[in-house]
Amino acid sequence: MGASTMGMLRVLLMVLLMGVCALAQSPTYGVGRTPTPEEIRAWDISIGPTGEELPPGRGTTKEGAQIYRAKCAGCHGATGIEGKAPILKSKAGPEVELWARGRILPLRAPFATGVWDYVNRAMPLNREGTLTADEVYALTAWMLYINGVIPEDQVLDAESLPKVKMPIGDKYAALPDWKPKTPRLKGYPY
Amino acid sequence: MGAKRPARREFLKSGAALAGGFTLGAAAPANAQAPPPSPPMIKGDKDQIPYGDRSKFVKSVRIAHGGRPSPDEFGLYFHIAAPLQDSVGVITPSSLHFVGTTRGAYIPQIDPREHRLLIHGMVDRPLTFTMEDLKRLPSVTRLHFIECAGNRSSRNAKTVQESHGMTSCAEWTGVPLSVLLKECGLKGGASWFVAEGSEEVKGASSMPIAKAMDDCLLAYGMNGEDLRPQQGFPLRLMVPGFEGIFHTKYLRRIKVVDRYYMNYNDYGHLDREPKIAALEYQIGPKSVITFPSGGHQLSGRGFYEIRGLAWSGGGAIRKVEVSTDGGKRWNIAEIKGTAQRMAHTRFTHQWNWDGQETELLSRCTDEIGQVQPSRAQVAKHWNAELTPQYSVPGLDNTIQPWRIASDGSVHNGNA
Repeated sequence: MGASTMGMLRVLLMVLLMGVCALAQSPTYGVGRTPTPEEIRAWDISIGPTGEELPPGRGTTKEGAQIYRAKCAGCHGATGIEGKAPILKSKAGPEVELWARGRILPLRAPFATGVWDYVNRAMPLNREGTLTADEVYALTAWMLYINGVIPEDQVLDAESLPKVKMPIGDKYAALPDWKPKTPRLKGYPY
Repeated sequence: MGAKRPARREFLKSGAALAGGFTLGAAAPANAQAPPPSPPMIKGDKDQIPYGDRSKFVKSVRIAHGGRPSPDEFGLYFHIAAPLQDSVGVITPSSLHFVGTTRGAYIPQIDPREHRLLIHGMVDRPLTFTMEDLKRLPSVTRLHFIECAGNRSSRNAKTVQESHGMTSCAEWTGVPLSVLLKECGLKGGASWFVAEGSEEVKGASSMPIAKAMDDCLLAYGMNGEDLRPQQGFPLRLMVPGFEGIFHTKYLRRIKVVDRYYMNYNDYGHLDREPKIAALEYQIGPKSVITFPSGGHQLSGRGFYEIRGLAWSGGGAIRKVEVSTDGGKRWNIAEIKGTAQRMAHTRFTHQWNWDGQETELLSRCTDEIGQVQPSRAQVAKHWNAELTPQYSVPGLDNTIQPWRIASDGSVHNGNA
C-alpha cells in the first residue's frame, strides 16, 4: 500500500516537473512553421559519424570506377591525380606517415561517412545533387579503395560505410572545449 | 568654437612630443600657389539617383588573394582581399569587404521570398522560418569583424592588402541565434550545431552550442542595407571572433546535434596537435598599421598620424601600443571611439619622422588580457627556429613590422 502511494507520488512529481519544463521551454514569439518529418528528411543532408542519416543504397568499387570515368575524370583526371581539380589519391604511398600524405579526404577523414557526405552535397561541380545514393556509395567505395583504405571487393551501404576503419584512427586532436571570454590557448605565447 | 576645443587640446598635448617638428610645415610660403581652378561641374545624372557611385578619382579596389585568380578557371570566386591601406574608420564598405570561399564558390542568386531556414535535430520543436518571419523577431545591430584563417603575412607580401586584406568589419543586423534556439527548445545533450549554406558546395561547419547561445547572430542587414550576395544574401550566420569559414553564408539549415559532426569544413580544421587545434576556432588578438604601410611613400620628414586596426576574437581591444623604433620603445596609441567586442578598432599615434630608416610596429591587448605576440615569441613558444620561412601555427596574429627607408618608401619588415 505504502509503496504504491510512493509510486503514485513519484509519478505525480514527474508529471509536475515535466509541466514546469514544458512551460520554461514554450515558444516566446510563435513565429515560424512546423516542418513535416518528410520535409526534414529531404533537407537533412548532414551525415554524422554514426551514419544514422544515410539513405538506403549500395555501391561497389568497380561501379565507382565506371561512374568516376563518366562524371568526375573530366576535372579530377584519369586516376584522380591528373586534373585541375583537387587530387583524390595520395601521391605518397603507405610507407609515408599519414599526415605527410596530403590533405586527401578519402584518406585522412576520420569517418568514411564524411566522404559520402561531401560527394553527395558538393559534387560534381555545378551538377551537385544529381548523383543517386547508389552512385555516391560506389564513388565513395572507389576513392577509399584507390587510397588503400578498403579492399577492391568491399561493398558499401548504410550498414558497412560507418564501420570502415579509416587510417587516422583516433590519432587526431580533440577539439577545444570553447567557453566565452576565455583565451584560446592558456599560456600562449606569454 | 566649442567643437574645436578638443582638437586644440590634442595639438597642445602633442606639441611637446613633436619638439620642433612644426618648423618643417611652416615652409609653405616658398611654394605659394593660386587656389586651384574651378573643377568641371557635372549635371545631375539620372543613373546616380537610385544608387550613388563614388568619385571617379577614388581607385581603391579589392584584389585576388594568395596568387590564385578570382574568378578561377572554373568560374569560382576565390579569396578576394580588402584594400586596408586606404581604409579609414572601422567599417569596411560592403563593396570592398573581403570575400572568402570554402573551395571557391559560385554565388547563389536567391530570391529572398523563396528562402527558408530550417532548424531541426535535438530540439523540441523543429521550425522553418521565412525571411519575413526572421525580420519580425527581435533584432540586434552590432559591429563585427570577419577574418579568414588564411590571413597570414608572408615575406612576399608587398602591401597590407596582401598581408592582412582577408579581414573586414561591418555593421551587421539580424536575429540572435539564441532567440531562435529558445523558440525551438534545445533538448538535453545538445552540445553542437551544424550550420549549412545554400551555395553549390552547401558548406557546413560544426560549432559549439555554447557559442550559439553566447553571441551568434543570423544577419540579414549589413552596413545599413541588405546583405550583399558575396556576403551571403539573404542570410548569414555571424560567429563573432571565430575564423571566417564558420560565418556560414546563404544560411538555410541549422541542425542541433550531440557531437562534432566532422563535416568537410570540420575535417579541414583537423590537426594532430591539441595545442594547435585549440588555435583554430577563436581568433587571437591582432593589429596592423594601415598607414603608413607597404607600398606607401612618405613625402618627407615631419608629422604623420600613424593609423591602424586592431581586433580580437577574445572580445574588445583594451590597449594598442605602437613602436616607431623597431620595438625598443612602445607608446600607448589612441583608440578612436569605443572599442566594440570582436570588431575592428581604429588606433592612431602621432609621429614625427626624422628622415632616418626605422621600423613601425603595433601590438594590441584584448579585454581578457591576451597580448599580440611577435613571430619570435611564437617560434620560441613552439621551440621552433625563427627563419623568414617560419609559418606560425593556427591563425597568424603576429606583429607586422613596416620598414621605413630613408627615402620615405615603406616596405614589409618580414621580407
